[in-house]
Amino acid sequence: MTTPAEVESAQAEPEEAASEERPWVAVVWNDPVNLMSYVTYVLQKIFGYSKEHATKLMLDVHNKGRAVVSSGSKEKVEGDVAKLHAAGLWATMQHDS
Amino acid sequence: MQDWTRDNDRLVTEFEPNEAAVIRGLVGEIKDMLTARADQAPQDELAELTGMRAGPSTPPEEGVLARLLPDFIRPDRDSFEPEAESSDTAGALRSLHEPELIEHKSGVAATVLDTCPERGGRVSLTEDQADSWLSALNDVRLALGTALGVSEEVPEDPPEDQLQREHYYVYQWLTWVQESLIQALSS
Repeated sequence: MTTPAEVESAQAEPEEAASEERPWVAVVWNDPVNLMSYVTYVLQKIFGYSKEHATKLMLDVHNKGRAVVSSGSKEKVEGDVAKLHAAGLWATMQHDS
Repeated sequence: MQDWTRDNDRLVTEFEPNEAAVIRGLVGEIKDMLTARADQAPQDELAELTGMRAGPSTPPEEGVLARLLPDFIRPDRDSFEPEAESSDTAGALRSLHEPELIEHKSGVAATVLDTCPERGGRVSLTEDQADSWLSALNDVRLALGTALGVSEEVPEDPPEDQLQREHYYVYQWLTWVQESLIQALSS
């Protein structure tokens, strides 16, 4: 599975601050209905990813069961998941781990 | 029906009367299910005063609606953090976002009903309308796929039950309609 780089700078900070700064990620999960071509199309459309990058993420979803498709603040990732739901993809958000 | 083709800025195809009826019927059913769900949302005076809508905090019990309106957080995840603030919980996120999601899905369904002639014939869409069609067709496939229990391995043989078999063929046909539209949009 693909994961964005951890935010290491938070390590020296108190626990609470570290938790605040750990980015959120949007995860797309494999499901048997969504077409591979559709998932690629949606990732390009929502995130402006190149066809190559979107295809790589789609294949991760297909082969590994899930892929991290975006990361950032809680608000940003919440908005990303809302857009993925609107398109019918099975997406959730979580703290990067 | 022919493959979708791109005619300058428009996406074009033709439907037989029975094909248009199937699409309109299923898209309309999804729209009705979503409306019924929205009508169950809690009413409160504050929401009416402020115009800020709040949806239900629990997922739909029916499998089809639950797939169309998924949770924001997986409750079964190891990394689920019980200490997370209440605003981070799946229920709060659902309550916040579900009205908007239902509005979106009803909107794309309405676009299909507006642009697919009742008696079939030529359909000509802008790119935005075509995106709405993709989204609405996908919702119908999610609903049928959930109801049919579609798994990763598409069964070679259609179901024995006659109604299930009809749904199965419709599902396969809609898969082709959607795939063809994606190819036309990407060309």
